[in-house]
Amino acid sequence: MLSTILSGDMPRSRILAALLIAILICLAFAPFIFPGVRSVDTAARICIFIVLVASYDLMLGYGGIVSFAHTMFFGLGAYGVALACTHMGRGFDALLVGSIGGAALAAVLAFLIGLFSLRVRAIFFAMITLAVASAVAVLVSQMSGITGGEDGLNYKIPRELTPAFKFADEKIMGVRMNGKLLNYYLIFTCSLLLFLFMLRVVHSPFGRVLLAIRENDFRAESIGYRVVHYRVAATCMSAAVAALAGALYAIWLRYVGPDTSLSMEVMIDILLMVVIGGMGTMYGAVIGATLFVLAQNYLQGLMGAASEAVEGLPILPELLSADRWLLWLGVLFILSVYFFPTGIVGRLREGKKT
Amino acid sequence: MSDNILSLEGVRTNIAQYHILQGVDLNVPRGAVTMLLGRNGVGKTTTLRTIIGHWRAHEGRILFNGEDITKLPTPAIARLGVGFVPEDMGIFADLSVEENMILAAVSGPIDSARLEWLFSVFPALKTFWKSDAGTLSGGQKQMLSIARAMIEERKLYLIDEPTKGLAPAIISTMARALRELKEQGASILLVEQNFAVAKALGDTANVMDDGRLVWDGDMKTLATDADLQERLMGLSMETH
Amino acid sequence: MTAAPKHAPKMAQMTIAQRLSPYAPVILVVLLMLFGLVAIPSTSSWLTLTVSGLAMGMMIFIMASGLTLVFGLMDVINFGHGAFVSVGAFVGVSFLLLLENMTGASSLALNLTAMMVAIFGAMAATGLMGWAFEKVIVKPVYGHHLKQILVTMGGLIVVEQLIIVLWGPEEIYITRPEALKGAITFFGAAIEKYRLVAVGIGLVVFLAMRWVLQRTKVGLIVRAGVENGEMVEALGYRLRLVFVGVFIAGSALAGLGGVLWGLYQEVITAHMGNQSMILIFIVVIIGGLGSVEGCFIGALLVGLLQNYVAFLEPKVALISNIGLMVAILMWRPQGMIPVVKAK
Repeated sequence: MLSTILSGDMPRSRILAALLIAILICLAFAPFIFPGVRSVDTAARICIFIVLVASYDLMLGYGGIVSFAHTMFFGLGAYGVALACTHMGRGFDALLVGSIGGAALAAVLAFLIGLFSLRVRAIFFAMITLAVASAVAVLVSQMSGITGGEDGLNYKIPRELTPAFKFADEKIMGVRMNGKLLNYYLIFTCSLLLFLFMLRVVHSPFGRVLLAIRENDFRAESIGYRVVHYRVAATCMSAAVAALAGALYAIWLRYVGPDTSLSMEVMIDILLMVVIGGMGTMYGAVIGATLFVLAQNYLQGLMGAASEAVEGLPILPELLSADRWLLWLGVLFILSVYFFPTGIVGRLREGKKT
Repeated sequence: MSDNILSLEGVRTNIAQYHILQGVDLNVPRGAVTMLLGRNGVGKTTTLRTIIGHWRAHEGRILFNGEDITKLPTPAIARLGVGFVPEDMGIFADLSVEENMILAAVSGPIDSARLEWLFSVFPALKTFWKSDAGTLSGGQKQMLSIARAMIEERKLYLIDEPTKGLAPAIISTMARALRELKEQGASILLVEQNFAVAKALGDTANVMDDGRLVWDGDMKTLATDADLQERLMGLSMETH
Repeated sequence: MTAAPKHAPKMAQMTIAQRLSPYAPVILVVLLMLFGLVAIPSTSSWLTLTVSGLAMGMMIFIMASGLTLVFGLMDVINFGHGAFVSVGAFVGVSFLLLLENMTGASSLALNLTAMMVAIFGAMAATGLMGWAFEKVIVKPVYGHHLKQILVTMGGLIVVEQLIIVLWGPEEIYITRPEALKGAITFFGAAIEKYRLVAVGIGLVVFLAMRWVLQRTKVGLIVRAGVENGEMVEALGYRLRLVFVGVFIAGSALAGLGGVLWGLYQEVITAHMGNQSMILIFIVVIIGGLGSVEGCFIGALLVGLLQNYVAFLEPKVALISNIGLMVAILMWRPQGMIPVVKAK
């Protein structure tokens, strides 16, 4: 039963299994275990980023394709919902149209980029996606009439998903039964389903061909698989799921802007999450996203404290300042690519074998 | 110092998971033409590539002039005086014939007397001196490739199938060039499928099969013994 | 014996189109300039735009040339190349700020000396940094594209952050040396002096690079190495050394590009290198990865198009370059001047 849900991909490591179960439980009961606006917000971000990072892993870890346009796809979903909500008015139909429209557009765009670049060389894809994504980001901030420019868009989502809506008067375990809670569980459920869907994809025959291509594309081609077709298909699927994650993000935040959904910073976050968690494992996305979002929210404060502690010494306070946290992530990132190319999940699984 | 310029002792080379050379013992005497023969895919090209250092021997030793070169990088091996003509000719198509030759003269400017000699052997090179090497015909490319190895005096020439796919007229040019090189007292290790050429040029012969040396001896002995040829290479030289 | 080559008559059979084909990229630049002349109503604006387009193209070329050669020679793709642009700009601008009394003086000689100091300081710094970057970041991941992309991107993040640590998070504004301020009028068109300087430096770099590649033995080794590195080694040349040299030179050029770009924009930020990577990638892709000539022509096309379109329809300027890239890849999927690999 469990094996069927997980598409036969058991964690294969006791520590990993324990971690995954702990994360699942924490996320499933987050509003009750960690009440408070900030911690529920963190939990929702974790859910969404797990999906986003897993969709990136489908492309990078399984397809062997590096993309720098993943935030663009993410942003397409987010702006899809935002625009639909702005123009169609408050309603679940707007959410649905926005999400599906964004995902479809993302898939089409991914198809076009893939067709142009993957046909020639896989590294073209990395370069072209970087260029296209940056251009789109600039375009979005310039077309302020439609997208709100740098300020982004605020919009209304169905009342049932906002704090103003109360479906029960009494509190349970001190938690208000309001629309925000429903919104969280909408995010949680969709994220879980999307993640299980991707787990299914990578363990389908399609996923196995992708792995064969990643190992040796010449051999895969000579066996008779059209490498380009598989890669383009993986890219489209990955883009569509990323757009859906973006749609969830837009529903949760009730705001979209270039910084939250399109910026290069988010792209780098995704890269760090997937590499640190473990490329080509799917569960790496869970571990990587959870660790990263937690670290982002809580570790920066710690760095600030450390920076104050070394106040007066040369350079050190600058290096340890909370704003320089990307510096240390960058170092960590390079070291993980060198020494732990399989990330935390790979390490845990190897540890079990020996 | 022995009278062998090059010796391979039990050389094994793996490419990916495949064991291509499975213990090759080969001696190349100084001042002679040593033939390396055998059917396609038995490891002749891999042997040459292992000597020049493109592939690495996983076991065994390669001695050049008594010096162990097994672990030396390719440029260092070449600098010891090894000229290499690869199977695919390895010419630089974007460079002119002249530039190809300038590059091949590693130790300094081209020696003009030697160049004149090469022009007399390969007149086409003079005609197309300024043309891009990529515009040459297959035979001319092969001439350029060999001329590149010959532009400086090397202690040893490794030449991989110089007559492959060439028209008979060009093969005879090629054979003449190699003969003149031999007359200068050069040491040559030559992989050749054309038996007429092998018979005319070879002093000693080595036959490979399945990643090993299966026979070595005088080229004359091999050339006159049809049964031996049949047994070693699965075909007789006379049929060619 | 080898008589007259049999393929020679083919030359005469080539059609005009075939004969023009190698020059098509150059013709494209001319066509683009003509298009600008037709589309832009006033000739003097066209002239102004053309010069600034050429200036921009030259600067992009200087920044991109190292990247394309490094790729051609060792199949290494360096996503951190932009880091050298940023560092070059910061080091160069720091020198200029130090030499304020020289840049502020109205003597052309003093101004140029200050510029030279800034440029050579920046190039030395980025060259040295390139050497370290190659050793620490790139060397361990030879032959592995995916890791190269990830690791060099990581290197870029780290360098950007270090710039902020050393120079602070604020952007730095810089004014050009006194004698390079302002514009000259030429056929009624105002042409900024600095742009002319940028065009001049770009041309010098391009011609010098071409001379090295065509006329020196090192250049021959580089060109041959782009095509067939294995054979270059079999001739006795240590390709790795040459590669490290090219990497250092490419990094120093990116640093030079950074100084020029910084003075062009009159403001520098730690992210400017990363931003310039967008145009650099477009240029090396449309030029043909590994081709210096392609890179040059690609850079001119991008610079000109960007300036024309920015004048005609400002909002689509950046998108226009994406459009250019798509169009060129449809025409020649490997770029305008594809590099032939022996293998």
